[in-house]
Amino acid sequence: MLDGSTTIGLAATNIPLLLLSVLALGLTPVPYLGLALVLWTTKLVRLRTDLERRRASRTGVLVPRPYHPAPQRAIPGGWRYFRWTVTDAATWRDLAWLVPGAIVGLGLGTITILLPLYGLAALALPVRRFDAHFARLFLAPTRSADLRLRVTQLTVTRADTVDAQAAELRRIERDLHDGVQARLVSLSMVIGLADKLMDRNPAEAHKLLAEARESSGAALVELRHLVRGIHPPVLAERGLGGAVRALALSLPVPIVVEGDLPGRPDAPVESAAYFAVAEVLTNLIRHSRSRTGSVSLRHADRALTIVVSDDGAGGADPAGGTGLLGIERRLAAFDGTIALSSPPGGPTVITMEVPCALSSPRTMPS
Amino acid sequence: MRVVIAEDHALLRYGLIRLLQAFDFEVVAAVDNGPALLPALLEHKPDVAVIDVRLPPTFTDEGLQAAIAARTEIPGLPILMLSQHVQTLYARELLSTPHGGVGYLLKDRVSNVDEFVESVRRIAAGGTAMDHEVIAQLLARREPLAVLTPREREVLGEMAEGRSNAAIAAKLRITEKAVSKHINNILTKLDMPPSDDDNRRVLAVLAYLDA
Repeated sequence: MLDGSTTIGLAATNIPLLLLSVLALGLTPVPYLGLALVLWTTKLVRLRTDLERRRASRTGVLVPRPYHPAPQRAIPGGWRYFRWTVTDAATWRDLAWLVPGAIVGLGLGTITILLPLYGLAALALPVRRFDAHFARLFLAPTRSADLRLRVTQLTVTRADTVDAQAAELRRIERDLHDGVQARLVSLSMVIGLADKLMDRNPAEAHKLLAEARESSGAALVELRHLVRGIHPPVLAERGLGGAVRALALSLPVPIVVEGDLPGRPDAPVESAAYFAVAEVLTNLIRHSRSRTGSVSLRHADRALTIVVSDDGAGGADPAGGTGLLGIERRLAAFDGTIALSSPPGGPTVITMEVPCALSSPRTMPS
Repeated sequence: MRVVIAEDHALLRYGLIRLLQAFDFEVVAAVDNGPALLPALLEHKPDVAVIDVRLPPTFTDEGLQAAIAARTEIPGLPILMLSQHVQTLYARELLSTPHGGVGYLLKDRVSNVDEFVESVRRIAAGGTAMDHEVIAQLLARREPLAVLTPREREVLGEMAEGRSNAAIAAKLRITEKAVSKHINNILTKLDMPPSDDDNRRVLAVLAYLDA
């Protein structure tokens, strides 16, 4: 009942919006006023169509926004802004929808109001869905707009991936240079000095050799840490499930790991997923003051889903640390996503999803 | 002999201090970063400085830049650069400052204590010490060296690294007389003026190789 009248009310706004748009376009040649007027009416129309998209999405019919991204450093009301508006096919598709959308809205709204009177209330949802599908015809991105959005997204994720890779290589070079290499140099220096002192001062030489053994041990430890940071050996040997279990055992907070993957994702996906989990767990221990945590791994509908949760205080701010952003970028390279839910009082639940196929464990090259 | 050391890795810094002190060098300053290095060099005017190429805060080639700047202020200030890797490019920049007294070695070379200390002393005395890898890179690039016999090329390499005739003789197990004969042949074949001054000769050879 209420739903029907809302539909009718919203549909009714379409007509003034259309008239306003036609007026604004007609006034375009008027200096200053024209361009700004088009901008404002477009904004109003988009508010209306966005609302319709949200209403459609609530019925389960997903209608993404089709617009070009706004030009950078353009003055609102300026020429570039105007061009961005009128060259976007979605602007015209919005306008084209206004009249048919109003008619369908009025019709279906009326039907929705009348349905209960005939004892057909159960049909309300199908009617709303029909409305949503109709809106989708006009308001969803066209195939070419879809591809354009995809290209934009791929360009961004590719740049992020390249950046991340370069930073990673630099980190490895630094770690090797300052760590293992330096230790080996100092080791060989100590051995050289001990060799020199062997005859003259055997006691001092022995002390140096003991130092050398310690130094070689430290170099090995550092090398092992570094290797683990590049590609954990246990990940190569046991796959994601095993590596996450091994990681959980090394943490100061008890973490329950559940779920088994029937096979293994491609190595790059596996590695990205592992480091994402590692990062999330590190953050969890560092910030949430939780006493326990859990990780669940699942592969369904051609996607790997990892849920990490804790019993901490919650209230994690996704914009706060760069950690989450880093994970998001890491996963975006594989069209993966990360979602955070952290109400005050907890618990914090982080869900990561990466589309991927699993290879059967038997065909994995060893 | 007074030394300034610049090395950011604590372990290596103490190792170098201990090693040089064991051979009666006096370490007047040991710095662990780039900005502190140039003032230390200018203040102490050491007999020789042992400097890591890469230093904080930027971890690029600050050590090298400071060394070159110091040699511009104090011509001929003896400097030994140490690094985890050697680049002919860096060797060239180092050699482009006039006068001798420069060295450029892989850090690995410190394990051969005697030879390392000998290199430091040689540099302090105005000589040069170029890493074997630098010289090998230079030798590999030069076509005209085909006119040299294998033995002469060997001698040329040793000489370019900065060794004295006596050291070359010991290393190749030939007499010193044979070494000077080889050297004369090399200089003639490469059309270079003969010289009795070891250091000047080495610099000329390096300039020739790097041309």
